[in-house]
Amino acid sequence: MEATIVPHPKDTNATILLMGLRRSGKSSICKVVFHNMQPLDTLYLESTSKPTNEQFSSLIDLSVMELPGQLNYFEPNYDSERLFSSVGALVYVIDSQDEYLNALTNLSMIIDFAYRVNPKINIEVLIHKVDGLSEDYRMDAQQDIMQRTGDELLDLGLEGVSVSFYLTSIFDHSVYEAFSRIVQRLIPELPSLEHMLDNLVQHSSIDKVFLFDVNSKIYVATDSSPVDIQTYEVCAEFIDITIDLDDLYIENDENVNKNGGVKGPDGNKELRSVSHLSNGSTLYLKQMIRGLALVALIRNESFADTPADSEKSLTIIEYNVDLFKQALIKMWTPKR
Amino acid sequence: MSQTSRKKLLLMGRSGSGKSSMRSIIFSNYSAFDTRRLGATVDVELSHLRFLGNMSLTLWDCGGQDVFMENYFTNQKDHIFKMVQVLIHVFDVESKSINKDIEIFVKSLTNLQKYSPDAKIFVLLHKMDLVQIDKRQELFTIMMDKLQKISNPYHFKLVGFPTSIWDESLYKAWSQIVCSLIPNINLFNSNIIKFNSILDAEEIILFEKTTFLVISSTASIKQQQAQPDQQQQQHKLTNGKSSSQKEETEELDPKRFEKISNIIKTYKQSISKLRTNFNNLIIKGSNGTTFYLDVLTENMFIMVVLKKKEEVLDGTAVEQNEEFLVLDNIKAARKWFEKIENSK
Repeated sequence: MEATIVPHPKDTNATILLMGLRRSGKSSICKVVFHNMQPLDTLYLESTSKPTNEQFSSLIDLSVMELPGQLNYFEPNYDSERLFSSVGALVYVIDSQDEYLNALTNLSMIIDFAYRVNPKINIEVLIHKVDGLSEDYRMDAQQDIMQRTGDELLDLGLEGVSVSFYLTSIFDHSVYEAFSRIVQRLIPELPSLEHMLDNLVQHSSIDKVFLFDVNSKIYVATDSSPVDIQTYEVCAEFIDITIDLDDLYIENDENVNKNGGVKGPDGNKELRSVSHLSNGSTLYLKQMIRGLALVALIRNESFADTPADSEKSLTIIEYNVDLFKQALIKMWTPKR
Repeated sequence: MSQTSRKKLLLMGRSGSGKSSMRSIIFSNYSAFDTRRLGATVDVELSHLRFLGNMSLTLWDCGGQDVFMENYFTNQKDHIFKMVQVLIHVFDVESKSINKDIEIFVKSLTNLQKYSPDAKIFVLLHKMDLVQIDKRQELFTIMMDKLQKISNPYHFKLVGFPTSIWDESLYKAWSQIVCSLIPNINLFNSNIIKFNSILDAEEIILFEKTTFLVISSTASIKQQQAQPDQQQQQHKLTNGKSSSQKEETEELDPKRFEKISNIIKTYKQSISKLRTNFNNLIIKGSNGTTFYLDVLTENMFIMVVLKKKEEVLDGTAVEQNEEFLVLDNIKAARKWFEKIENSK
């Protein structure tokens, strides 16, 4: 019956399968990350009864499948073999506030099956709902879960499987961070992207640069300097602010259009915003291709004190970013 | 700084009507969600706020429990009600005992008439989010009529607002309350109009720096020309805030001022994670609109919204020049607005 949900073999790499026991928080994660739902509103989500499949067209065509927790995937009428062979990443959600022994047994069974079907599958475990745990207990829980999973896999004779663990919560940015990592593993072009960003950073005196997916606030790539979670938050919120302000005056533009204006609301103008901060840093956003935006934090040391000079170096950055964008376009046109 | 620029604002209302939540959101950067943690206010909590530099507001947040209330109207009445500039009375729309609410309102009116008859009265019907959307306007009108009738014998004219901490209505109400206190608001208005005629902007908005309440704003030149007599337009502006805003809101989102306040405040909070503040923000919109948010004076931010003119000469060079031009214009305007501000 669920045969229809199995994704097309063509976009094999970009499918994320979201699994976990019931009430572990799968739908909430989906709604918060991909639909901009407020975390508190997810309290009122119904229990998911059918596998859902959603497409997101970003840098990669991502599709997220969510499976209901209470299903047994090893029933003979269920085409699990085909399902696992076609996904790129398996994300298993464990509720860290609940008793997780059941979940771990379930997880190792799934890993066992999935790995035999598709050895290339990425296995990611979200130790979820850690917002309710104290700081020390989080580490203990992670240690414990990692240990037990390792033991279980050893018993099943699967030493070679690499499993990544993330501590997540929908009430802060950790779930975005985790999903960013997960999505990044699915992008085959990632190394060259990162290299390009590193190049950009070196030649433009940029402190940190992210390539964001505008809808989900997941970053698909960043330069190789370590990610500071606060910088990430500020950059993600900067996108929101830019878009919100822009939206306020679009309504008006449609009025103009009705009166015979020239440009549609999605004219070919690209969104761009620059904000100078009082400590001398600059936040810079520019729209890229396919729903992506480049957000950079530019530090003050590189700028001279006078505003004219800072404008000058901004022009250089602008030029470099344009080059970067053209490179992006080059990378992705042949694929279409 | 003369003593006369000190304004006393009374914030009154029954217990639990949301007085302290309002104050925290507008003046202390709380989010609506954070206000859950606020406890009951004991007696009177004073907060001193500097607004527009030399205007200093003293907000008397009066705890609303009956014990305190009794005290205000008996022992402390000359202390509380003397030299009041503004009374902000908050009504909880969900309140069960409206008669009691009104009784207290009347008591404060009586005292005000005695001790400071020139006070301005604002009534906020708060927690409007709990009322069904289609019933809100009706409820508001009924309530305001009733309150106006009650206050007629005291010769006060009421200004009322429906408010809720969960949307922009709170900003709207407070920005009008605070604007009524600015003495030379007309000068600001006329100067903005002048500035607009230079920039040919879609809209110019002035914000106060710390609270991001809207001080003043303009419509585009086009709309002014639609109004044949510019003098008349100026005259209308001098009539005060409410009329000047009504003129502009015809084709744009009427709630945009409050939304912008909200967005910029969010931005400010988010930037504070980097332990800094922002100087300016330039956004090139997807449909050719450009936003400039810049510091105007020590206490004000200006936001200029420019519409792209139909003819684009070519490419980025022109656009960047235009950006500098606008920023320079803002810099030039700074002088004038600083003068007005200091002339008090």
